[in-house]
Amino acid sequence: MQKIVIIGNGVAGITAARHIRKLSDDEITVISGETDHFFSRTALMYIYMGHMEYEHTKPYEDWFWDKNKINLKRAWVKSIDFDQKQIQFDGSEAMAYDKLILATGSQSNFFGWPGQDLQGVQGLYSYQDLALMEQNTKDVDRAVILGGGLIGVEMAEMLHSRHIPVTYLIREEHFWGNMLPKEEATLIDNHLNKNGIDLRQETELEEILGDGNGKVKAVKTKSGEIIDCQFVGLTVGVHPNIDLVKDSKVNTDRGILVDENLQTNVPDVYAIGDCAQLKNPPSHRRPIEAVWYVGRMMGETVARTVTGKETKYQPGVWFNSAKFFDIEYQNYGIVLPECPEDSGAFYWECDDKEKCIKIIYKKETNEVQGVNLFGIRNRHEVWNKWLTEKKTLNYIISNLPEANFDPEFFTHWEGEIQKKYNGEFPENQVSVRKKGFLEKIFA
Amino acid sequence: MKAIRYTGLILFLFSLGLFLSSFFMSSFTLSEETFTSIIKEEHQESLKPALDKVFDKKYSSSIPFVNAINSTVDEVNANARSEQKWDKVIYDDYAGSLARASARGFVPNNKLLVFILIYVVGAIGALMFLLPQIKLHGPPGIKHNHIFHNALNNRGWMGILTGVLLIGFYILLYFYPAYITNWIIVVDPLQKLINPSASSSQWFLYGFLYTFAVLVMGVRMILKYRHSKYQIFRTCSVMFFQLAFAFLIPEILVRLNQPYFDFKNMWPLDYDFFDAWHINTLTQSGGLGLFMFVWGITLFAVGVPVFVYIFGKRWYCSWVCGCGGLAETAGDPFRQLSDKSTEAWQIERLIIHGVLVFAIVMTGLVLYNFFGGDFYISFNKWMVLGIVALLGGGLYFYHRKKYVAMSGIKVRNTVAGIVGFFALGIVFSEVSVFAKYMPVDGSNFSFSSGNIRTVYGFMIGSIFSGVVGTGFYPLMGNRVWCRFGCPLAAYLGLVQRFKSRFRITTNGGQCISCGNCSTYCEMGIDVRAYAQRGQNIVRSSCVGCGVCSAVCPRGVLNLENRDEDGRFNQPILLGNDSISVSN
Repeated sequence: MQKIVIIGNGVAGITAARHIRKLSDDEITVISGETDHFFSRTALMYIYMGHMEYEHTKPYEDWFWDKNKINLKRAWVKSIDFDQKQIQFDGSEAMAYDKLILATGSQSNFFGWPGQDLQGVQGLYSYQDLALMEQNTKDVDRAVILGGGLIGVEMAEMLHSRHIPVTYLIREEHFWGNMLPKEEATLIDNHLNKNGIDLRQETELEEILGDGNGKVKAVKTKSGEIIDCQFVGLTVGVHPNIDLVKDSKVNTDRGILVDENLQTNVPDVYAIGDCAQLKNPPSHRRPIEAVWYVGRMMGETVARTVTGKETKYQPGVWFNSAKFFDIEYQNYGIVLPECPEDSGAFYWECDDKEKCIKIIYKKETNEVQGVNLFGIRNRHEVWNKWLTEKKTLNYIISNLPEANFDPEFFTHWEGEIQKKYNGEFPENQVSVRKKGFLEKIFA
Repeated sequence: MKAIRYTGLILFLFSLGLFLSSFFMSSFTLSEETFTSIIKEEHQESLKPALDKVFDKKYSSSIPFVNAINSTVDEVNANARSEQKWDKVIYDDYAGSLARASARGFVPNNKLLVFILIYVVGAIGALMFLLPQIKLHGPPGIKHNHIFHNALNNRGWMGILTGVLLIGFYILLYFYPAYITNWIIVVDPLQKLINPSASSSQWFLYGFLYTFAVLVMGVRMILKYRHSKYQIFRTCSVMFFQLAFAFLIPEILVRLNQPYFDFKNMWPLDYDFFDAWHINTLTQSGGLGLFMFVWGITLFAVGVPVFVYIFGKRWYCSWVCGCGGLAETAGDPFRQLSDKSTEAWQIERLIIHGVLVFAIVMTGLVLYNFFGGDFYISFNKWMVLGIVALLGGGLYFYHRKKYVAMSGIKVRNTVAGIVGFFALGIVFSEVSVFAKYMPVDGSNFSFSSGNIRTVYGFMIGSIFSGVVGTGFYPLMGNRVWCRFGCPLAAYLGLVQRFKSRFRITTNGGQCISCGNCSTYCEMGIDVRAYAQRGQNIVRSSCVGCGVCSAVCPRGVLNLENRDEDGRFNQPILLGNDSISVSN
């Protein structure tokens, strides 16, 4: 029986612990300074908005850990002695390990703007950040958010739920411009505007101004405009949290470098989730992928390796999803913000400008590379199969109804999509989905 | 917009206030003529002298009046019993009819006006409050902001107050209807409109209030989920079935001299279907009555398995049923209050299947009795209580053993089980003494085919489904009855679990464990526990309301009727090619 210690009780660390327990009788300890129990980080926004309470965001009941003999330790780790295989906590306490899994997650980016340490300026990543935001947004007349990404739009939605006017500064031409192609990004821009978010594209921050008492008073943009505000959300991305090992014998780059077994250069030390950086990522994946699903998959995989069934981390087809106010987003495969030279893009948008689909395909072979879906739910399983089997655009468009995952009675848009396709590709006609009897009645 | 909203709120609160205060808005004076016209002749002789002090005396509200009548009847009965004149004991409940005929003053003189001020103005006020949401709450979508900050939705003072009012209402309705005479009088104009020869009863009042709540709150539900056609259709369906099948058609049938019959209700939820009087009424009412009898049996014997196989139990529970209809409309603001713990699930299975067994045994005995059999059994009270307590302790010991490793907790819970169940037994026997016709007989529990039906009607039909089932909406969520108590739900659920095409499909590996699905599951299913593992959700309790799918921010859940083979044991797609898992 070996002693396995996991630092970090996020989805990566906890998934690893659960799967190690399934596979072995090893002694498992999960250390976190953030909270006593695992909670869903993605649900922090819903606590603030009153959709849920903290208790609801815990995926397992509190007795679960005891029953499964997973020891939880609430503490901050100060340092790790990799030669002695020992962890040093704040204070004098220490803990020995046989195998160590680092799942320390991310940290919010702060790019050294003047005034970023003022009271009322913050990022949003941890449970503590949420508590801070609760405090910082009392009696606020206007908030400014910086950074067009997922956390930024979540923060906008949170503040919007408290009726706090939001000015949202983004550097790019459109919301999430470094991830989304222009058409999709424009659609979200419009939706944000519709929800009363004052969106300022191509606007950069010069400095954050204080009121003389250490509190934020306004922000100044690069063009010299001053926007009065009492809260500034800095959501310009995250970076791997590697403070604990930065100056140790563990090799790091932006993240903790790991091989395909998720092992660091130090024997018996592994890194998973947001903090890990793959030395040799598969061709269709990036070296650091700070998303929930990757943390979970790495946790599942590393559990096998540490319990003696050495297993390579082989993520399948990329997928992701999000929600921007009321518009749901799903993505399967690769859709870059700029369509590559050798690829074409098929795009359909609904008249209401709230739904669209973008399919990227290789011009030469017609093989589909990826899809973005807004306002329409599609089946992960079907797209996974299509992309793995390298189906052509023509095949996918004709079979699109098979992928639909919208609730019953929802309007089916596949017919419209197919019509548009037939208009653009006259040489490759597909048969258009016909409406059912009830659909016609209730259309 | 906001002005309209607040005006609506004021109108609604005015109507609610008027409803509550109308309880006191008439005086009661019993005249000798009223007495002679209502009291049966054989009771007049003994009651008249005893009621002498009541005649022509003005009582300021129903409470002292009803108390005076009841205490007088009790005195007369006590006398009769002490003189062993058993035939003189009065079992009729005269308080309600006397109060009805003796009411004087504002409410009885202005029935229609009060009706309009309470219900028409109330409905208008509610709609004025609800409709502006379309503009004020932004574009269509999930609008759950501040639900857990709200004193009504999260067991704050407003929730507790609402719960107390509802519980109070149900207790009055079921056990002290004479007190609410004014409320019954107010809905008389509507009763007369539907059936001029009838006059409103407590059950007409209840049916009307129920329908009123389903319709007004149904509009709210439709507005709230206007982005989801599934929710719109489903809500329209429950509103239609409540209005037409539960409320209007039975009343119209009565007007046409046919038996009162709700075509969408069925045994075992409709627990008196096989009561002798009911069978006799139906079989002696000509062709339509016979059809009703056959229809009622076909519905649960054939309709349930067939439709549950095709659609899941949702075809009934969240599209047709009245209890479900109220839960999905008036109860929607409270759906997040259901308990999601594994322990609650265990208790749920125990109780709901217990009620199903109870309903079957009770019905069996009623039918046994109907066909001429007689059943009587008696146990020593303390022996029964002891067995119940040991059973409770054993049960707790057993189920705790599986979930908690620490033995200290095991012992504590076993003791809690013994004490808890013993206390429940005592409460039951005390309630039995209090409510006559119940099975406590001196130091024995005595069960006969007759009184077991009474126990069921009292404990399950009234207390559980009404007082607890609806009264506890703001405290334990909107499906307390459907989840823990309804024998029909248990039956539908068994079919759904073992032989159905229905499931909630999880969309591959897209779940982020946020918990919205579990939080808003009114049945207390921990949906997330399945979704985050990529599993389909197949649970007997799922009523298919579709809200988990609606609130999911990642489009992970979908209610589907698909091939039966795909429900269990399918390989799960999690996006990870390193490992493979099956369902």
